[in-house]
Amino acid sequence: MIDILYFAWLRERIGIPREKWATEAATVADLIEELRGREERYALAFQDISALRVALDQELSEFDAPLDGVREVAFFPPMTGG
Amino acid sequence: MQTELFDPGTELTQFSEGLSGVGAVVSFSGIVRDDTGDLQALEIEHYPGMTERAIGKILAEATTRWALDRAMVIHRHGHLAPGEPIMMVATAAAHRAAAFEAADFLMDYLKSRAPFWKKEQRAGAAEWVAAQEHDEAALGRWKR
Repeated sequence: MIDILYFAWLRERIGIPREKWATEAATVADLIEELRGREERYALAFQDISALRVALDQELSEFDAPLDGVREVAFFPPMTGG
Repeated sequence: MQTELFDPGTELTQFSEGLSGVGAVVSFSGIVRDDTGDLQALEIEHYPGMTERAIGKILAEATTRWALDRAMVIHRHGHLAPGEPIMMVATAAAHRAAAFEAADFLMDYLKSRAPFWKKEQRAGAAEWVAAQEHDEAALGRWKR
């Protein structure tokens, strides 16, 4: 089981801030494919991944990164701090 | 990281206390800006845990690149009113070039690499602030 976190408009579109999910996806891209297939709200939220960023165990990462050993995956739009 | 209002003047005074051998202190404060005159509030969401790690890394990188005596970042989250301070950075160094450059670097990285998301609340509508391409492009200045 991994923890999946959603922030900002992605959180609003999916309707929950976090969830536990059993997956055997090898990479972030595989996980996204899996999530898209769950329900329409996921398919819509993950429609354009160029508008999204991903962090693995709280470090910014890439969509082709492996999920091996990862406990926490977070998806969010580009950050707007400062 | 805090939700509470802070006073940039007080923070700057505290930051500058007891410095020795320092010739330059630079500070920057970001303020909730109301461009249209109808902004009710700014909501700032963040990623607890990652935020602290990301800011820690950005500060560590700044102190590696420039000879700083001190560096500080304050960033609020939660519900903010127009005109209130959002965040502040301060740097202290022997000479002004290092203090200015390090503060500029901290700001560029906090904008695009610290997990904060801003949402503007206006009468009857709330909208997420879109990331600006020039903010991302600004990071290119610091590549080496």
